[in-house]
Amino acid sequence: MAQQTAEWTGFNITEQELRRMRWQTRRENLGRSWYKFSRNPLSVVGGATVLIIILAAIFAPYITPYPDHATRPFTDFANASQPPSLEHWFGTDEIGRDIFSRTVFGFRFSLTMGVVVLSMVVPVGVILGLIAGYFQGSRIDTIIMRITDIFLAVPPLILALAIASVLEPNLFNSMVAVSLMWWPWYTRLVYGQATALRNEFFVSSAEVTGASTAHILFREILPNTLSPIFTKISLDMGWVIIIGASLSFVGLGVQPPKPGLGTMVASGAKYLPDQWWISLFPALAIVVLVLGFNLLGDGLRDLFAAEEI
Amino acid sequence: MSNDILTVENLKKHFVIGYTGLIHREPITVKAVDGVSFSIREGETFGLVGESGSGKSTVAYITVGMYRPTSGTIYLRGEDLFAQGDERPLRFKKEIQIVYQDPGSSLNPRRTIKDILDLPLRIHQPHKNRTLEILRLLNEVELPPDYMHKYPRQLSGGEKQIIAIARALASDPSLIVLDEPTSALDVSVQGKVINLLIRLQQELNLSYLFITHDLSLMRNVATRVAIMYLGKICEVADAAEFFQNPQHPYTQMLLSSIPVLSEEEEKLKPSKIHSIGEIPSPVNVPPGCSFHQRCPYVMDVCKVVDPVMVETGPGHTVRCHLFEQPPAPAAVPETSSTVEAAT
Amino acid sequence: MSVTPLLEIKNLHVEFKVYGGVLKVLDGVDFRVNVGEKVGLVGETGCGKTTTMKAILRILPVPPARITGGEVLFKGRDILKMKERELRETRGRGISMIFQDPTAALNPVFTIGAQLEPVIRHASPENRRLSKKELRKLAVIPLKEVALADPERLLDAYPIQLSGGMRQRVCIGMALATNPELLIADEPGTSLDVTIQDQVLRLLQRLVEQRHSSVILISHTLGIVRQMCDRVYVMYAGNMVEEAPTRKLFANPLHPYTRGLMAAVPRLSGGGVAMGIPGRIPSYLHPPSGCRFHPRCPQAMEICKHEKPAFQQAEDDHRVACFLYDPAVAEPQKEATTA
Repeated sequence: MAQQTAEWTGFNITEQELRRMRWQTRRENLGRSWYKFSRNPLSVVGGATVLIIILAAIFAPYITPYPDHATRPFTDFANASQPPSLEHWFGTDEIGRDIFSRTVFGFRFSLTMGVVVLSMVVPVGVILGLIAGYFQGSRIDTIIMRITDIFLAVPPLILALAIASVLEPNLFNSMVAVSLMWWPWYTRLVYGQATALRNEFFVSSAEVTGASTAHILFREILPNTLSPIFTKISLDMGWVIIIGASLSFVGLGVQPPKPGLGTMVASGAKYLPDQWWISLFPALAIVVLVLGFNLLGDGLRDLFAAEEI
Repeated sequence: MSNDILTVENLKKHFVIGYTGLIHREPITVKAVDGVSFSIREGETFGLVGESGSGKSTVAYITVGMYRPTSGTIYLRGEDLFAQGDERPLRFKKEIQIVYQDPGSSLNPRRTIKDILDLPLRIHQPHKNRTLEILRLLNEVELPPDYMHKYPRQLSGGEKQIIAIARALASDPSLIVLDEPTSALDVSVQGKVINLLIRLQQELNLSYLFITHDLSLMRNVATRVAIMYLGKICEVADAAEFFQNPQHPYTQMLLSSIPVLSEEEEKLKPSKIHSIGEIPSPVNVPPGCSFHQRCPYVMDVCKVVDPVMVETGPGHTVRCHLFEQPPAPAAVPETSSTVEAAT
Repeated sequence: MSVTPLLEIKNLHVEFKVYGGVLKVLDGVDFRVNVGEKVGLVGETGCGKTTTMKAILRILPVPPARITGGEVLFKGRDILKMKERELRETRGRGISMIFQDPTAALNPVFTIGAQLEPVIRHASPENRRLSKKELRKLAVIPLKEVALADPERLLDAYPIQLSGGMRQRVCIGMALATNPELLIADEPGTSLDVTIQDQVLRLLQRLVEQRHSSVILISHTLGIVRQMCDRVYVMYAGNMVEEAPTRKLFANPLHPYTRGLMAAVPRLSGGGVAMGIPGRIPSYLHPPSGCRFHPRCPQAMEICKHEKPAFQQAEDDHRVACFLYDPAVAEPQKEATTA
């Protein structure tokens, strides 16, 4: 395009000016969103918690005092079962490993679990929901939604336990197990939204103009379902982490000596109540992480709800 | 007539809304549109008036291709819009566009004005520079260029509707269906939108199918007016004739119900007829003339025989037994008795 | 006609606290309804007419709303200062309301009778002692009055079984069942078809005339107000801008906003559609200085940008808030232009 916008459009503005306009409106929108989000202090706390934990997990080898204790087999019976001290903030476990270092590394497993599970589950669930919702009443809708119903009828934790116990118990298999039972929720969520949105006139308008089905699904309907999806993702991170920790706790998830948070709680449980710190701190870490995601989810929900007004 | 852009022929649309009983499942149908015929001339504004349940919006939606008719068809410059099966060819979609009633619902809240205007351009004008084309459209509808990056919620109701008009223009159509384009707007804003539509029509030689329930507005925009009641057209006439000489009792009832602002207008309202009765549900359309239960001039024949369109003047047709000549033939009592026997 | 004021709003200010500041929604509203009078309140979306009505019934959500000044006198007593009991009494028997959307005004899970009977029970002290049967007999009366067929059966019907017009009639019957001194009708019939709306309005008119109730009719349709009311207020952006007897107002509107509004209405007699009023209703966050209409006013003068015009008499019973009719301002102006 020429530097000067062609005169026949009736406007005489440069490309640069157009770009500046775009950035200006974007900045305004971002500013308003941040204002709404930040109005609720709890959601800011949640967001900050999640952000700090993610950063800590990524940079765990550089910020933890004893990274060796978490990344390779290590024993130091001389320092076993030490209570919290300046040297070992969260104390040491029954074979002398630093619990603080292991907890920070433990976040890696929990977050990986959440991210991997949700990045498998969300696209599948969302796409199926979009298709079924848009073609509501057709055969495709019936097939997708009945399969969804079948999966929803299976108790989630039991299915995960069953799969994890049939297959070799490790983190990957427990992620597969959790994923299998999780996608139907996204299908249901998006299905409900899509069936309402398909009757909106902007969808009719796109159809009447001749837009492709892909355009209608992903450009017209999907953007309007993003707010509940993101809210659910944030809340689900908490759930997936809890389930991952539960599976680890019963020995079907992260295998020792790897520092899964649930695994650590389980192995420390034997020494309760005398050596309470072995279980307590990993357990607290789970609580803080899940709470952070839940608060963030609430904040996102408020943000999107306010945007509608 | 060769200068007709759109010809609607005996259009019917019946929706199945449920089934009776459990064993003998009979479909319950709504005859939303039940035998509608009219034609729109090149460059004119054809007004379609009706109350809720009259089927006026269904006619609009069939015209733009949201529904297929149950029977009957529509011709665009002589070509059958429904000849090619389910999917309407793109070249017809380009020619016929629509502006919906509620600008809040017709613009996707998550897409910018640029995205919204981009879609019809991408489909129907792929060879053009779309950014420039979007700017040209904005200029055409008198909105500033920085609206490109705004979201619909940042616009006022009137501006949203103007964007909807710009979107309809984007494919360079020859017919635009206007489905109550200003009924969601304040009256002080309505004028701007209507005048924009009138200017665009003159500049681009557009034809409009203008749907509304507001007869006062219709008086000022339409060249010809048709009035619908329960899926059928009751009366068609040139706008001036229609308002000076309304013939169908329903037209008169509608006109007499309009709240007006001056004595001058008050004189135009038929004074002998007052609105009575409920609008029947389109599921249960009365037999005979569907208006007979509310009609002050009801005759025996009206309860049994559905009247047909008769021409009462040049370009003025009415579907009412009052205007049928010769008055209903002797067959009437017979039909009446058979129907009564049947019921 | 009596000129005893029944309801008087004096210099009412209402603010809403929202993200980014304070919306000054009502900016000194004056309003009066006399006994037995039908008063229209006209204005477009967002002009503050609903806020005014909510203030009368004291149903504004507080917070975010805040009444920062003025009084609402009902029979001489300030509604804004009433105790809870007195307020309930006033709302129950003194003032009734009809809403725009009869579907939303009726609870879908109760029968018409179940919703109507409590209203009648509280209509007078004697009614409280009535048995269920007697109450039911009384409940039929308002339904008969609004010309509904088969009222006995209607008492057992659910709102969904009625058409929109019938629901609006039920609402009217319910609102008038207590013989209120003041009836507030918020856009009655707007959601109905024009032939049904006409029926409902004619019915409403007949019933309130029978009872000599006072009426406030809120509407954005000028024609309805002209048909129904004795006197009309025109509202714009939180201010009353004009007040006159209906006939006078429609024959000779004074305020530029009223004129613009009337010119914008398409006429049945033809003549094309006017452009309407340029611009849009201002933001309440930063309302324009001086007269709130001046940025859209074709006749704006320098003074309009700085000072707020008083709502004062232009003729004996015709009040307008505009400097064009302020002798102190308009006369020198005219002289200047003629010179």
